[in-house]
Amino acid sequence: MSAIRVLVGTKKGAFIFTADGRRQDWTVSGPHFAGWEIYHLKGSTADPNRIYASQSSGWFGQIIQRSDDGGLTWNTPGSSPEELQGPGGFPRGESNKFAYAGSVGTHMWYDGTQHPWEFKRVWHLEPSLTDPDTAYAGVEDAAIFKTTDGGKTWQELPGLRGSKGALWQPGAGGMAVHTILLDPKNAQRMYVAISAAGAFRTEDGGVTWKPINRGLKSPYQLPDPDAEVGHCVHRIALHPSRPDVLFMQKHWDVLRTDNAGDQWTEVSGNLPSDFGFPIDVHAHEPETIYVVPIKSDSEHYPPEGKLRVYRSRTGGQEWEPLTKGLPQKDCYVNVLRDAMAVDSLEPCGIYFGTTGGQVYCSADGGDSWQAIVRDLPAVYSVEVQTLS
Amino acid sequence: MIRVLLPFHLRTLARVEGELLLDLAPPVTVGAVLDAVEARYPVLRGTIREHGTLKRRAFLRYFVCQADWSLQPPETLLPDEVINGREPFMIIGAIAGG
Repeated sequence: MSAIRVLVGTKKGAFIFTADGRRQDWTVSGPHFAGWEIYHLKGSTADPNRIYASQSSGWFGQIIQRSDDGGLTWNTPGSSPEELQGPGGFPRGESNKFAYAGSVGTHMWYDGTQHPWEFKRVWHLEPSLTDPDTAYAGVEDAAIFKTTDGGKTWQELPGLRGSKGALWQPGAGGMAVHTILLDPKNAQRMYVAISAAGAFRTEDGGVTWKPINRGLKSPYQLPDPDAEVGHCVHRIALHPSRPDVLFMQKHWDVLRTDNAGDQWTEVSGNLPSDFGFPIDVHAHEPETIYVVPIKSDSEHYPPEGKLRVYRSRTGGQEWEPLTKGLPQKDCYVNVLRDAMAVDSLEPCGIYFGTTGGQVYCSADGGDSWQAIVRDLPAVYSVEVQTLS
Repeated sequence: MIRVLLPFHLRTLARVEGELLLDLAPPVTVGAVLDAVEARYPVLRGTIREHGTLKRRAFLRYFVCQADWSLQPPETLLPDEVINGREPFMIIGAIAGG
């Protein structure tokens, strides 16, 4: 029978839930890295026992953790004395070292001046679809890094910041690469999304990037209606069978593109609010998508105190609320951008975590929900592995 | 033998219990102690001092003989009490405030 492993990053550590394919009885392990902020952890599809985790702290900085046994044990790759000894006896880097390539450069600051890029933390880790030793890291200040040695060393792909990076300006939540999507049909194509900068695409494995923000409208943040960058994209998602079709939850507005981001169209339709953070796609129905409406950019909680996931079976525009098993009064949590995921069982499982510490699972495509846990620290990220 | 006390989270990260014991040749300076800590526990590189610049991370403090040595230059010689192990070299997380 299939099994499910849920990887949860929180403000105070990582947690791992496991269950069989019924997804009813869960075993919870953790906290792993107790007391540290775990922005994200994600397993490799090429080797499900390989999991990367971003562990960080305002006191102690950034650490990359890696498990090779499905999260039972962890190590910090590239941090033994032997691994640090490169050719000629010189150090060759550490797993927790993220140095911008070449001249650091500058981006737009709040007062209109230019400000140097400063590494703060890894927001998102995206393992390669084919090689467990290769992974990408989306970081704050916004940049993308790549490892090809299992996390021992990381090198920036600086072409991303070359895509009008001098015009990017952080929002209140920081300026981070928070989403990395790999095209399963084209190993040279990737998409990233950056809060307060927009979405970007590469067709050459990350060497060069172009903004893909045409059709986005941000009238009160960007006076220029044709601005190529500066849009606050909260999340993008795709279905592996149709990597040219992307769905986006922007600061305000839910959108889709059918041409790999060359043109976006709003599909907010009848949502009670089109502000929100996560968006995800059903594992078996490429036109079925999920969002969690949030009241507004000033009030980061569900409208009317009702926690509702909204599902569209038509790729947007027509939405239905999913409420069974979710609190329908006095609920004022948020669901962050990396805190929703799907499994690939039949029926498809949907998962999301809240800033109130609940992690919910629907084993029937969203029709009904149960809380796996209710009292974790604030949930930053949720990822799911479907294990055979 | 020089005694170094790490904050809880760095002891966990380095997988050590209690104090670190270091045997250093003179001159025993603030920088030499930190170099030795990072050499023995490379996972701590970047967690006490920033990569590259080796500047003390903003929210860590160094205490020596009950005094705050956080702003002392790295070449500052440590007192005999630390060198002979009567007093620890303490690395402490600054209070969070709030």
